[in-house]
Amino acid sequence: MKILVCIKQVPDMESRFKPGAGGTWYDESDLAWRMNEYDEFAVEQAVQLREQLGEGSELTVLSIGPDRVGEAIKKALAMGCDRGVHIQDNAAAMKDPWQIAAIIAAYAKDKGYDLIFTGMQSQDRGSALVGVTVAEELGYACATTLVGFAYADGSVTGKRELEGGIKGVVKLATPALVTCQLGLNVPRYPTLPNIMKAKKKDIQAIPVAELLKEEPLAATVSFHPPAKKGGGIVLEGEVGALVDQLMGILKEKTAVLR
Amino acid sequence: MKTLLIGEYREGKLLDSTYELLGFAQQLEAQSAMLVVGSESQLPAYGGTLYLADAASCGEYNPDLHKQLILDAIEKENPDYVVFIHSSYGWDLAPRVAARLKVAQVSEVIGLTDGGFEVGCCNAKMRRTVKPATGKAVITIQAGAFAAIQPGGTPSVQKITASVTSNVSFAGYEPAEAKDVDLTRAEVIVTAGRGIGKKENVEVIAALAKALGGELGASRPVVDAGWVEHSHQVGTTGQTVSPKLYIACGVSGAIQHLAGMKKSDFIVAINKDKDAPIGEVADVLVVADILQFVPALTAKL
Repeated sequence: MKILVCIKQVPDMESRFKPGAGGTWYDESDLAWRMNEYDEFAVEQAVQLREQLGEGSELTVLSIGPDRVGEAIKKALAMGCDRGVHIQDNAAAMKDPWQIAAIIAAYAKDKGYDLIFTGMQSQDRGSALVGVTVAEELGYACATTLVGFAYADGSVTGKRELEGGIKGVVKLATPALVTCQLGLNVPRYPTLPNIMKAKKKDIQAIPVAELLKEEPLAATVSFHPPAKKGGGIVLEGEVGALVDQLMGILKEKTAVLR
Repeated sequence: MKTLLIGEYREGKLLDSTYELLGFAQQLEAQSAMLVVGSESQLPAYGGTLYLADAASCGEYNPDLHKQLILDAIEKENPDYVVFIHSSYGWDLAPRVAARLKVAQVSEVIGLTDGGFEVGCCNAKMRRTVKPATGKAVITIQAGAFAAIQPGGTPSVQKITASVTSNVSFAGYEPAEAKDVDLTRAEVIVTAGRGIGKKENVEVIAALAKALGGELGASRPVVDAGWVEHSHQVGTTGQTVSPKLYIACGVSGAIQHLAGMKKSDFIVAINKDKDAPIGEVADVLVVADILQFVPALTAKL
């Protein structure tokens, strides 16, 4: 069985973001990078499936971006993926989700993957488009937002997270693509021996121009901080004084404290 | 300008969020037709054209079949925008429709600006303005971002049906876990967010909730980490609340959390990060270390 997991490297979300030179995305300097959190759940589930299937199965991790994404690929290899594919693109952040999906679909088209895993969305762009679009392009069955996954005899049983804590149970025949949500599993930490083993694993580099033939379908025209709502009070200073100030406000503005 | 609005139906009921689609169309000053895979027994209160497929035969979740129904209606209506709620239904289905039409999709729109669509990014810390480069586009709107309107009237129903084979089958719903606390009735909620640091610190937050005679709430990461039971979760995948006082401790303010609590009468956020998105909805933002501030506040009550 052939399995593919697609990951993205994103900045730490605790970072302060400011517009870059073009004004349409963030300035990348001084950011710490990590694997997209939703993709960690995808990698963990793919590795668990790889372990369940054992010999005769193969798990490939794919990422698109500049050289730095090699670090995310190495982490996935250390978690248990067999081999890596790095689609080299210094301008990946300027591509729209349609183009990113087209790159992945062009790569996967003739490889015969039985199952593809992705995160449900990236933490930075958050469009939740790439996984489903890849499935559509490849003609794969697809289910999104999985918080439960089981595979047996060519069929996936997934639990989709719906609103208000309800779950929807779906069955998919392979080939299939699933997108993974928080709560699906607990991603493992790579152990030192596995980090050492990962260094010997193959990472294939492919220039993006070999795969991308599509023009963007949408354009980001501005990247900016949210407009401040205004009116909200900001309290700063020494803790004792802050407590008194807040209690004063609560007594005045709410019926909770008297 | 014309929109085709895709309403939602779950477990035999039309969802209220369907009316937010009408609010969006109104803000866009667009004509609208609607499509629902639902039932004649529950029609939206709206006087326009309604393409109605029968949920009993089409299934409430059958992405391939629903996609075909929508593509057929698009052919009849020729809308500029096909609009979904950014929900588990919308974000699953909308990209399928966009990919088949090979048109732009803009996800989780929160506002309209300068002919573009405003969307959140970077965990709600930043915004992007996106413009489709295609004649048609598929849009999903953030739940709660556009006011719901019920224009009233009875729709002109056009029954539709489709038949496709699908490799995805729906095997039913699993109910939410039993709730040991009903946050929707609480007058005061004190919520623990990821910023509290570790499980042991939940007690500090719970003590403040108790001192105020309120309930303990939790954000999603805190529940996923196993620090607090799911029944305490506030947000789109937890409970939607509107207490008299909501105190968010170490909650960054992810969109899904804000959607669940922003109707609270009075909102206090306690956070070390002055720029956290929770500050956008807070009446008072206390910039402080939670582990110093919260026990001091509790002691004074």
